[in-house]
Amino acid sequence: MRLRALQVLILALLIAVWYLLTKPGLVPNFYFEQDNRAAFFFGEPQKVFQVIVEWFSSGEIFAHLWITLLETALGFVIGSVFGLAIGLWLALSRTASAVMDPYIKGFNSMPRVVLAPIFAVWFGLGIWSKVALGVTLVFFVVFFNVYQGVREVSPTLIANARMLGASPRQLLRSIYLPSAMSWVFASLHNAVGLAFVGAVVGEYLGSARGVGYLILQAEGTFDVNTVFAGILVLTVFALVLDAAVGMIEARLMTWQPRASETEKV
Amino acid sequence: MSATPALALDDITCRFAGRDGGAPYTAVENATLRVGEGEFVSVVGPTGCGKSTLLNVAAGLLAPSAGVVSIFGERLQAAQGVNRRAGYMFQADALMPWRTGIENVVAGLDFRGVPRAEARQQGDAWLRRVGLAGFGDRYPHQMSGGMRKRLALAQTLIMRPDILLMDEPFSALDVQTRQLMENELLALWADDRKSVLFITHDLEEAIALSDRVVVLSAGPGTRPIGDFKIDLPRPRDVSEIRMTPAFLALHREIWGAMKDEVLKAYERQKAA
Repeated sequence: MRLRALQVLILALLIAVWYLLTKPGLVPNFYFEQDNRAAFFFGEPQKVFQVIVEWFSSGEIFAHLWITLLETALGFVIGSVFGLAIGLWLALSRTASAVMDPYIKGFNSMPRVVLAPIFAVWFGLGIWSKVALGVTLVFFVVFFNVYQGVREVSPTLIANARMLGASPRQLLRSIYLPSAMSWVFASLHNAVGLAFVGAVVGEYLGSARGVGYLILQAEGTFDVNTVFAGILVLTVFALVLDAAVGMIEARLMTWQPRASETEKV
Repeated sequence: MSATPALALDDITCRFAGRDGGAPYTAVENATLRVGEGEFVSVVGPTGCGKSTLLNVAAGLLAPSAGVVSIFGERLQAAQGVNRRAGYMFQADALMPWRTGIENVVAGLDFRGVPRAEARQQGDAWLRRVGLAGFGDRYPHQMSGGMRKRLALAQTLIMRPDILLMDEPFSALDVQTRQLMENELLALWADDRKSVLFITHDLEEAIALSDRVVVLSAGPGTRPIGDFKIDLPRPRDVSEIRMTPAFLALHREIWGAMKDEVLKAYERQKAA
């Protein structure tokens, strides 16, 4: 609990410093020429919180949060399914992986955020252009993990299942898939984060709803407090998503040993 | 022993392609080996002599470059899949880490399409037989090495294979656990007398368990160079039988045949 107290203390300190340095007239100017310039560029914490409280009390934020969440979830699920399917396919077929290798490498090294404007043209300004961006980001994380995971399945495990009478289909279902899933879960935190990035960046580049849209709007009117409010909401939201993933992971991966576990008999 | 052996390896040669176009490596050359029905045969040999290669050929996991594998008189074609009448216990851990104990034991029944409830019932019975009753809901990582080996044994035996192939199954265990497991294996084997091909580098283990011990030459080009009948009385207790004069005489005799090969293998490894 001392840890928690320290963590809260750091947060309080940060907000205090933010407040002290941005409150017009409180601290003599040492950089800006005018009193309200710091507040103009960095916002003021009490005003930022005011915006957040207003968003939640009026319920205005929920529609935007829902859209961003939906885009994140869709991007994550579709990207993961594609990554899993193509990862399994390429890992199990040596010819296919040899043929596809340069393309996979090429797509992976391309900065995929530049695809966002193209997706906006292809899929419009609704949620699908954001989902598409999220998919391209998530796909590679999951793909590489599955590919690696399947390639590194212990040959003994495969031989054992074959001796026990597993058909190729059963081998896929009971050896390759579970083994790949453990790698997918290892990359889950990363993948969810990237789906989130895809959604927000997509919204930022052109949309009519979503938290990224709120930020874009506020920026257009130099409303820094609202920009910061959006950033804060996004951060908290990302933390919540991450915790949710952690919970799912703990649930599904009970079979994996944890470092501290001393439950052997 | 009946006329048709349970497992017959005839004139088996296994050649592996060399790395990066190097010279091919002949692991096993013109090896002939027979295991009669209900017979417990151990194969001993120096390290790296191709013992596991021979076992993989018998299992149908590896196609030999030349030679014929027959299972109860029927020719085994590796292209048509593995040896369906054999169970294989591997040296390394082969349990599925994402399945609990009971789920691992019934894996083979699952693959065969046995209804869940029935598989479960048989699985519980086998867990009891290998002394793991009550541990069925644990994952492999929550078990000790000895427990995992027992689980693997149950996983193999639940399929009621006619032939049991074992690749140094107890080599990773400590001496005490190992002798316990050897006795348990003998007790289980005494129940229904499967044909067993047991690979080991431990001559004492081989003599204590087997009806016959086959000595392999050092690699490359491994082949059997000695075949010794072990006529010690059964049932045996592996830790006690080691002290008997008959055991020691056999040990001396077989070691005499094995020693040169072990030294040869050692010299070769040092030179490499």
